Amino acid sequence: MRMVRFTPRFWISLAVFSVVVAFGVFGPMVAGDKLGEGVGGLYDPPSAQAWLGTDDLGHDIFTNLMFGTRTSLVIGFVAGAFATVIGVVVGLLAGYHGGRVEEALMGVTNVALAIPAIVVLILLSVALDFRSIVTMALVIAITSWPWTARAVRAQTSSVRTREHLDVARLSGAGTWNILLWDVLPYLMSYICMAFVLQISSAILAEAGLSLLGLGPSDSVSLGIMLNWALVGESLRTGAWWAFVPPTVLLTLIAFTLLMLQSSLDQVFNPRLRGGRRRPGLASLTPQTGVGLDVRGEEGGER
Amino acid sequence: MSDATSEVLLRARGLRAAYSVDAGEVVAVDDVSLEVRKGEVLGVAGESGCGKSTLAAVLSLTARPPLFVQAGELEVEGRRLDLGPDTSPPRTWRGEVVSLLPQGAMNSLNPTVRIRDFVVDIVRAHQPKAKRDEAIDRARERLEQLDLPRCVLDCYPHQLSGGMKQRVVTVVSALLDPRLLIADEPTSALDVSSQRVLIEMLKEMLARDIIGSVIFVTHDLPVLNTIADRIAIMYAGQIAEVGATREVIDRPRHPYSAALLSSVLVPEPAIRRRRVTGIPGSPPSLLNPPSGCRFHPRCSLASETCRTEAPPRAGDERRYSRCWWASRHPDQTVEVTA
Amino acid sequence: MTASKEEVLDRQVDGRPAPLLEARHLTRVFGHGKTAVRAVDDVSFTLGRQEVVTIVGESGSGKSTLARMVLRLLDPTSGTIHLDGRDVTRLRGKALRTYWQEVQAVFQDPFSSFNQFFTVRRLLRRSLRLTGATTDEAGEALIAQALEHVGLTPAEVLDKWPHQLSGGQRQRVMIARALMLRPRLLVADEATSMLDASLRANILNVLTDARQAYDMTILFITHDIGQACYVSDRVLVMCQGKLVEQGPVDEVIFSPRHDYTRRLLADVPRLHAVS
Repeated sequence: MRMVRFTPRFWISLAVFSVVVAFGVFGPMVAGDKLGEGVGGLYDPPSAQAWLGTDDLGHDIFTNLMFGTRTSLVIGFVAGAFATVIGVVVGLLAGYHGGRVEEALMGVTNVALAIPAIVVLILLSVALDFRSIVTMALVIAITSWPWTARAVRAQTSSVRTREHLDVARLSGAGTWNILLWDVLPYLMSYICMAFVLQISSAILAEAGLSLLGLGPSDSVSLGIMLNWALVGESLRTGAWWAFVPPTVLLTLIAFTLLMLQSSLDQVFNPRLRGGRRRPGLASLTPQTGVGLDVRGEEGGER
Repeated sequence: MSDATSEVLLRARGLRAAYSVDAGEVVAVDDVSLEVRKGEVLGVAGESGCGKSTLAAVLSLTARPPLFVQAGELEVEGRRLDLGPDTSPPRTWRGEVVSLLPQGAMNSLNPTVRIRDFVVDIVRAHQPKAKRDEAIDRARERLEQLDLPRCVLDCYPHQLSGGMKQRVVTVVSALLDPRLLIADEPTSALDVSSQRVLIEMLKEMLARDIIGSVIFVTHDLPVLNTIADRIAIMYAGQIAEVGATREVIDRPRHPYSAALLSSVLVPEPAIRRRRVTGIPGSPPSLLNPPSGCRFHPRCSLASETCRTEAPPRAGDERRYSRCWWASRHPDQTVEVTA
Repeated sequence: MTASKEEVLDRQVDGRPAPLLEARHLTRVFGHGKTAVRAVDDVSFTLGRQEVVTIVGESGSGKSTLARMVLRLLDPTSGTIHLDGRDVTRLRGKALRTYWQEVQAVFQDPFSSFNQFFTVRRLLRRSLRLTGATTDEAGEALIAQALEHVGLTPAEVLDKWPHQLSGGQRQRVMIARALMLRPRLLVADEATSMLDASLRANILNVLTDARQAYDMTILFITHDIGQACYVSDRVLVMCQGKLVEQGPVDEVIFSPRHDYTRRLLADVPRLHAVS
């Protein structure tokens, strides 16, 4: 496989995101037992014992932040994974078969898209007595898969007409074999980008739900921290350390993931990488420039 | 058409251009010199990878990284231009003095843009201050001149046939009356009937002095037979043979030219009776071309000298062959099995 | 240029045993109502054993649609196809796989015919499922033999990715893939159009040499009438979905009767003045 060139933007966003993940993964391991422990008074400002102060129950906000990041990231990944898998399967089948199968699947997808996600999220969350992390992830995935399905279907439709699929059929390969080996690899770059976006939107969706008090029932998440900050009237008492850190972290995660996604777009699409474009008819020249196979062999392009 | 007394429109000397790749440098155009007279069509023929498209880019001043022009000198109607890694051509040359009709241009038309908007974009790319109406009027006049329907300006690309698209793109590439039009494989994707119509249009444009001369790059020798006055055969970045069309086709003096001519499939009785073999082997990698004559590994007339020393030019400026055999057998033709 | 219905000139060649493939009144319509396009309109022809037949047509003539119907990658709207007397017009599933043991294809674009993520070895091994090879060794032997037949050295190409091969090499690999299955009929759909002129003859020779070795019928689809003249026994000329002329090469190309064929031949650029 030809190697893709990674751009600076990619490395920077990956680095920042890795730091956040490390914070969420290793932090709790280090401070494992300190969660839920009262370390000071209510809404103590930042000090040497509590780097980001305490919340309205006297717990260390920095510890909360670490655990909260972990929960949010886990929900984000799991929901993103669910949504992507469902969306990809639906999109592949619809795009490959066309005809009635496509109409039926796209009909379902469009209906799902039309229903406001927030309404479904609230109703489902309220209906559940106990919301575990995985349950929440599922609930969020249910409202976000249609978007991926639609995009994957469009991509599949365009890959479907390529000749290598005909060759695969003539070689006796079955539908699933073809979808897995002849269609899916061509969509991988797109699916990667979609997955990154799904994680980002899932994390924000969880934050929104938690803010409304519908978050995971037995864990701390960034959204739950915000909820506590609101409920504990930290805004009124001026305890900025209760709501600013989770907000900053949420923003950082969302922004970094967005940067990562756009950098992936650059990686997979060399034309976006920058460089001068010449004016005139020559700007019509296809991406390969002058169409020369630099190895000097008879290439597919003359 | 031109005759021996019409003046020289293009003189290119010592052109050298290379691609910068991870493994090193690929010299795709190696010391190429050309001459084109006014009203003349020069055909540049060769297999894939011989450098003809690179040559088109260099001559039309559209070379961009990873392609770098390393040396050369262009003279168009008296105006000189030195090419090199640090020089950049003056803005006014591209489109107005030399213009490129790139390979696959008709397939690169933006499907959401009407032809008239496309025309405006192209004109503005070369003349930023051009007014929209003027550009469109100019295009309309040109279409009328060449007997093309004016309504194509209002169409979207998908509404036009392949042949019509190619003709439109050709007209647009010559809208600023370039002295030299370089067409890279303009007929490759067309049916034979559209090919014929396009070639007639090019001849008409020459006759009306809309363009001064044409360099027609292709791998298809029979097409050159219908339009080119002179043919240059390229191999591995160098010109192997050049001369008047009839001379090169009927009396080739380079083994490569003869081999190319032997592998042409035309609907004639002779071809049913023999086995056409094509040329054994494949064009060399320009990363590391063969020593001596670059064609020697595939040449049936190769001698010891061919393996070690680069061949001289046998003949004069307008008709020569870069070959040891040709220099030892002046006035002899390489046999074409046909 | 419209072709009139009456002028389907059909000159049968006598003395042939039962044909391998018989197509009767094949039609394919795309779209409905006013915007319906008759890509293939009432085309009938036969292919004999070990015959090389070329369908010649310009773009829009319907020749590729016809090829896809013969390959059963596309269903005809009406009409029938018989292979060796069996009706194969509406095959599905397992029967279709059996059909593809007998009918194979080489396509136009030597680049997009390949899955960019497969090595040559993987591509060829995939086709083994349609062959009778039961063991790994038998499969490897079959692959090696097919590659050698098309002039490639197995050790040199098997582990390469498509972008590491030249256009000519890729087409040869595609031919090897088809020949591996020992098909009765090979459809070459513009198999040489994207190759240099100097390579075309080589590829055509590979295919026609295989004709006797593999007891194969070859159906070429092309717009290049020079190629048709070089390789074919018979030629079928298509224009806008209809078959306007068919017969032996010597007759159709050197004494064409239909206006369209004549015009087509007149427009072909030559190297020397036409006598």
